[in-house]
Amino acid sequence: MSVLVYAEHDNENLKAETLKTVAAAQAMGGDITILVAGHNCQAVAEQAGKVSGVSNVLLADNAAYEHQLAENVSLLVKELAADYEHIVATALTTGKNFMPRVAALLDVAQISDIIAVESSDTFVRPIYAGNAIATVQSLDSKKVITVRTTGFDAVATDGSAEVVSIDTVTDAGTSSYVSEELTVSERPDLGAASVVISGGRGMQNGDNFKLLEGIADKLGAAIGASRAAVDAGFVPNDMQVGQTGKIVAPDLYIAVGISGAIQHLAGMKDSKVIVAINKDPEAPIFQVADYGIVADLFEALPELETKL
Amino acid sequence: MKILVPIKRVIDYNVKVRVKPDNSNVDLANVKMAINPFCEIAVEEAIRLKEAGVASEVVAVSIGDKSCQEQLRTALALGADRAIQIDTSENLDALNIAKLLQKVVEEEQPKLVILGKQSIDSDNNQTGQMLAALTNMPQGTFASIVKVEGDKVNVTREIDGGLQTLALNLPAIVTTDLRLNEPRYASLPNIMKAKRKPLDVKQAADFGIDLSPRSTLLKVTPPATRQAGVVVESIDELVEKLKNEAKVIS
Repeated sequence: MSVLVYAEHDNENLKAETLKTVAAAQAMGGDITILVAGHNCQAVAEQAGKVSGVSNVLLADNAAYEHQLAENVSLLVKELAADYEHIVATALTTGKNFMPRVAALLDVAQISDIIAVESSDTFVRPIYAGNAIATVQSLDSKKVITVRTTGFDAVATDGSAEVVSIDTVTDAGTSSYVSEELTVSERPDLGAASVVISGGRGMQNGDNFKLLEGIADKLGAAIGASRAAVDAGFVPNDMQVGQTGKIVAPDLYIAVGISGAIQHLAGMKDSKVIVAINKDPEAPIFQVADYGIVADLFEALPELETKL
Repeated sequence: MKILVPIKRVIDYNVKVRVKPDNSNVDLANVKMAINPFCEIAVEEAIRLKEAGVASEVVAVSIGDKSCQEQLRTALALGADRAIQIDTSENLDALNIAKLLQKVVEEEQPKLVILGKQSIDSDNNQTGQMLAALTNMPQGTFASIVKVEGDKVNVTREIDGGLQTLALNLPAIVTTDLRLNEPRYASLPNIMKAKRKPLDVKQAADFGIDLSPRSTLLKVTPPATRQAGVVVESIDELVEKLKNEAKVIS
């Protein structure tokens, strides 16, 4: 038995989430191979080689994989699939994009967003925005799986797996990269931060998100937002926490001016400690918060910043 | 140009789902059902492309028992030209749905298929990508802007770090994200008109596809509940508790 783990990366750095996906792969059992597909991404392969519990690293370094287009990457993974019983990726936007394509090419189902591994064929995953938890047994001989990393603890990075280059080039030629607008931030990634502070509709406008920045700087926190705040144009889409946005589970989650719709709770309710700041004492966010404070955020935030 | 829009009947997004006492599944008896919100965005986008003169026909398709005709009528009321129901009482997984849709694509030959990126019940986020693989089409998932230009469609996608724009050769598959558009409400005259629009019913069993399940649902349980904590009176108290009780800040 062996497991192929697809590395989540940006051609320079292996994303920390991959360490959690490898933890899930270990629970499935068998030798673990990490596949790094990208372009000029040798550094990523070297980082992947240090991931504990990994036997091999395959490096597919080619212009066809530079932007990890689903059409090209899925063909590559399909070609490699014969040697593995489990094919596993992180349930971030790259994995979510290409993995179902791999599953269909292999004529198997995909089990999305698993949060626990019961056995090599049985997995636990949230459904209905996390309002129900399903235990699912795969009947396929090959399992295609995406992992919600909040369910797993990262493995260490004291391994020493060999990096093997593969020269398979699969270019479907049907799609091409045009451009990217990436948010540049000095703060930690939402998915990896141990503290997250998020603003909602109560922030009133994008400028007011500055009130969160001082606190985020003091706590080393990432800044997130509710769907309402993103839809209203206060902040960009990549800050959205929720059922269909980012799923986070930091040690401390501070929800500011967020009422707590079930779709938002789905993205943060596994946080260890939740703080809610809201002026409406009836807001549903207080039902999941460990510490709530009923206050006007425009007074509470500056005070919190000075007292931290 | 023809656009195909597969849609799904799901629990209304405002309804909090309950797990059955025997843990066999969730309880959907007497629960309000609706068109999946992402599918509604897909219908809206197709209609806007028709209004802009880019598309000539919008065909909605849904797979399920007779009850999903209600959602197909909703799509027709919003502006789809005709609808297809693929009748089955089975709860099919995404791969089998994609295989049925592949047959519809072969029959209808759309230039663009627009689907919701995920349904809010199973939260799988698979069908569009699987259909793209089966039909060998390129895909633009999690779309926030869709622009058809000649024989290509440019899709701006919501990705982890921000936005990414891809150019896809037509025919192509697009899956919608939340900010692609804001769906309209169907007007009463359009709801009346929708009743007379064509709705074909086909039997899933007639497509000659092996639709046997690929997984077994062993059990469904409620999530671990979080106890509501305490309401603190001041920021001082909050900071003190975070430091000394929760020990999450220093």
